[in-house]
Amino acid sequence: MNLQGSRRGDNLYIYLSGELDEHSVAKVRERADKLIDDNAGLSRAVFNLAGLRFMDSTGIGFLIGRYKRLKKYGMDMYLENPDAGADKVLSISGLYSLMPKI
Amino acid sequence: MNEMYLKFPSLSENEVFARNAVAAFVLPLNPTLTELSDVKTAVSEAVTNAIVHGYGGAAEGWIELKCRTDGDLLEIEVADRGRGIEDVARALTPFFTTLPGEERSGMGFTIMQTFMSGFSVSSAPGEGTRVKMSKRFGELEANAG
Ligand SMILES: Nc1ncnc2c1ncn2[C@@H]1O[C@H](COP(=O)(O)OP(=O)(O)OP(=O)(O)O)[C@@H](O)[C@H]1O
Ligand SMILES: [Mg+2]
Repeated sequence: MNLQGSRRGDNLYIYLSGELDEHSVAKVRERADKLIDDNAGLSRAVFNLAGLRFMDSTGIGFLIGRYKRLKKYGMDMYLENPDAGADKVLSISGLYSLMPKI
Repeated sequence: MNEMYLKFPSLSENEVFARNAVAAFVLPLNPTLTELSDVKTAVSEAVTNAIVHGYGGAAEGWIELKCRTDGDLLEIEVADRGRGIEDVARALTPFFTTLPGEERSGMGFTIMQTFMSGFSVSSAPGEGTRVKMSKRFGELEANAG
């Protein structure tokens, strides 16, 4: 599981890759939160899921956790490029109403 | 007909092992990518629950995973001997979780039910939890999925 961030204009891009589950989540949680804290003040964060090969409900909890942190800074959250498997998990849990897919 | 049985300690690194072992086991049934992804996700949910809830995150127990294929049907059983579930009906409710502080969303059982063709859970406090799931390959995708 890997996580990379980059800043473009008023957007923070967070790229996730690998398999996101209960085993791998702790590491990326910490790194995502540091990126968010370091970039507080931007207007939005876009999570790019193109490299994510697996995600279960642990991923839902992870994304909601980051959503709440971003909200504290007044930042919006968006999701980009989930594969079919992740898309199914995200749709069923209603996550796109909090963090739209763009 | 084919069968397999795995027993492993409740370590979180076994989540990836368990779901990939089941995926490899069902390959002869020629699952579609969607079916394979559904099965992997459901297995990951059940095994994660056994580790996180059944054994409370401590590597103190064993998880048993049984699979059986017959024609185009896959049956899976995931069992732990952990703390068990007090109220199963409530646990199955979407968004119900007993660990909200650990970023749990309460969607695991809902995902298992939605992604698989058959699902049942039996559990008793102090005795453990057994989740049974089945998947029929080649089924038409339900619109709701
Ligand atoms: N193997 C188990 N042993 C004991 N309790 C369990 C077990 N599996 C599930 N539960 C109970 O059922 C509840 C619901 O499980 P479910 O998988 O739907 O959600 P969750 O694990 O809490 O959150 P998520 O799966 O979204 O991360 C859990 O919070 C827990 O209280
Ligand atoms: Mg769960």
